[in-house]
Amino acid sequence: MPSWGMVIDLNKCTGCGACVSACRSENNVHNVGPEQSRLGRAIFWMDILEEVTGEYPDVRVHYIPRPCFHCDNPPCTKVCPVRATYKNEEGLVAQVYHRCIGCRYCMVACPYAAKSFSWYEPKRPREFLQACNPDVSLRMKGVVEKCSFCSHRLQKAREEADMGKREMTESDYQPACAEACPTYAIAFGDLDNEGHTVSRLKKSHRAFRIHEELGTEPKVIYLSRED
Amino acid sequence: MGPGRDDPDYILYQPVIEKGRGAYLLGGALLVIFFWTMVMYSRQLSLGLGVTGLNRPISWGFYIVNFVFFIGISHAGTLISAILRLSKAEWRRPITRMAEVITAIVLAIGGLHPIIDLGRPDRLLNIFYYGRLQSPLLWDVTAITCYFTASTVYLYLPMIPDIARLRDLAVRPRWLYQFLAWGWTGTGRQQEILDRAITILMVLVIPIAVSVHTVISFIFSMTLQPGWHSTIFGPYFVVGAIFSGIAAILVIMSVFRKVFHLEGYLKPIHFRYLGTLLLIMSLLWFYFTFAEYLTGFYGGEPHEMRTILFKLTGDYAPYFWTMVVCNFLIPLVILSNRKFKTISGVTFASVAIIVGMWLERLTIVVPSLANPRLPVPHQIYVPSLVEWALFAAGLTMFALAFLLFSKFFPVISVWEIQEGRKEGLEAVKRRIMTYQPEAGPGEGKS
Repeated sequence: MPSWGMVIDLNKCTGCGACVSACRSENNVHNVGPEQSRLGRAIFWMDILEEVTGEYPDVRVHYIPRPCFHCDNPPCTKVCPVRATYKNEEGLVAQVYHRCIGCRYCMVACPYAAKSFSWYEPKRPREFLQACNPDVSLRMKGVVEKCSFCSHRLQKAREEADMGKREMTESDYQPACAEACPTYAIAFGDLDNEGHTVSRLKKSHRAFRIHEELGTEPKVIYLSRED
Repeated sequence: MGPGRDDPDYILYQPVIEKGRGAYLLGGALLVIFFWTMVMYSRQLSLGLGVTGLNRPISWGFYIVNFVFFIGISHAGTLISAILRLSKAEWRRPITRMAEVITAIVLAIGGLHPIIDLGRPDRLLNIFYYGRLQSPLLWDVTAITCYFTASTVYLYLPMIPDIARLRDLAVRPRWLYQFLAWGWTGTGRQQEILDRAITILMVLVIPIAVSVHTVISFIFSMTLQPGWHSTIFGPYFVVGAIFSGIAAILVIMSVFRKVFHLEGYLKPIHFRYLGTLLLIMSLLWFYFTFAEYLTGFYGGEPHEMRTILFKLTGDYAPYFWTMVVCNFLIPLVILSNRKFKTISGVTFASVAIIVGMWLERLTIVVPSLANPRLPVPHQIYVPSLVEWALFAAGLTMFALAFLLFSKFFPVISVWEIQEGRKEGLEAVKRRIMTYQPEAGPGEGKS
């Protein structure tokens, strides 16, 4: 079984937000408006966290793109009462929107705040619906959602490879954020496959995983900043 | 035997037989409040949880706080009544019924809270279709339904002789008492079976009660969140639950004592004895709280520390320190001082404890969520009017249910009072005799 994972080079990340936009349009993530957003109700599958360090005048802002980490030992799937979030056969942490009862226990259990919740019925203007990606289902009010590593792309890539009776290559399956990154800060692939970029990058001396000590075994690896 | 005023315990039946206008007025007022809260709730049902003050990362708030709080109060009853029955404490007789009623009512209210917290209450039954027993939420569903079943049966069984008496007195509605009396005539064999059943239940109910609040604490402690992931959470929650439960009994006792003129039954000694128990629980609560925070503080793990400082000196400091005053300082001063340990003193301490324990639940649930490990945008949690309304709904339901109960059944177990009068004195005397060194070695067995 491949181990789909991501390596994000913080040296290269400029915090431009291209990954966030690409993710939103790829996955039909709806907007909640500025007022709700201020209240902390915005939905992000890919988010850019800002870490401010130092004191004036030596202030530095670091940007950390944060998708779901698709942990190998996910704390969120353990607590779900109805198996609406689970680790699927591809090793990805999946959400079942139509089964979720909206208890938000998985949100509470995730140490990375990777999950979002629809507090109101999502408002989708006509323009939004016209531009929707038909491969990704629309989420309803009152359920938890999060980054899927664009698993609909994986499905497609697998089918296409099967039809052509060939092995899947690295470029067959790339999530929207990795594709959109202008500085190539996001690499994606099979962490266990020697031929994939990520398996080389993960061996870098700069590689680390956020809160590794929690034992969640995230499949998103960061390359630390050198400055 | 008519319901004559010469019956020494007539005053216990009085609220059931003579339904005054006051009860209807109070009931009506409570219904109006309850109706208003339901209108507020309908807003949440139609619009979604957005009408609350919840957000990300603080995705649990009042509903979960009140859930833990109400279920905590429910430990009053059954547990206390079971322990007092089991230890053959003679002074329990006027207290047990009220304690058991609290449990049944509050458990029903508390059990509804996780449902109003759901984003999709329409999918509630998924818990049964797709339930995962590995999830602490399922442990809760199991423990609470089990406790609710056991405690309602445990409330009902000792009521049968009293219900039968109301049936014999031809109190209306007759069909109700006829049905609930279950053909009780008070024969020796019936009494024997009843005693046996009560004995089995009171032993059974103690571990169930302990398990309930333990698994409620597990909801929190099974996650990795700072401030929650603690091994002492189980016993800490159970202690807090019994603590708030006893306080609730004391408040209810002093209310009914005044309203129904039960001064002859609920005496200062009952308040003093329960007050002593309350003091012990207060000290135990402080011990657990101290141990919990010192361990986190001394270790100084950064995220743990941030949550602790958030409570001790940060945004939640007012709530945290009010909690310490209400749960520890006030009870300590009042309950360890003979001069203050009067009925009104104990009642005051109890009210303080109920407030303090609610604050404790608040300072456990919210601060851990408000301080996530990753630098997500900082949010504050301000409960909305809907959340306050549903809190009011819980309290109103409690008052309404208790009012209803007291107008249909005696709030003090009459037959147990009579039994105490008839046999209690002799039994205690016999028992004490067996403790004495003069008694034969084989006699102290039962």
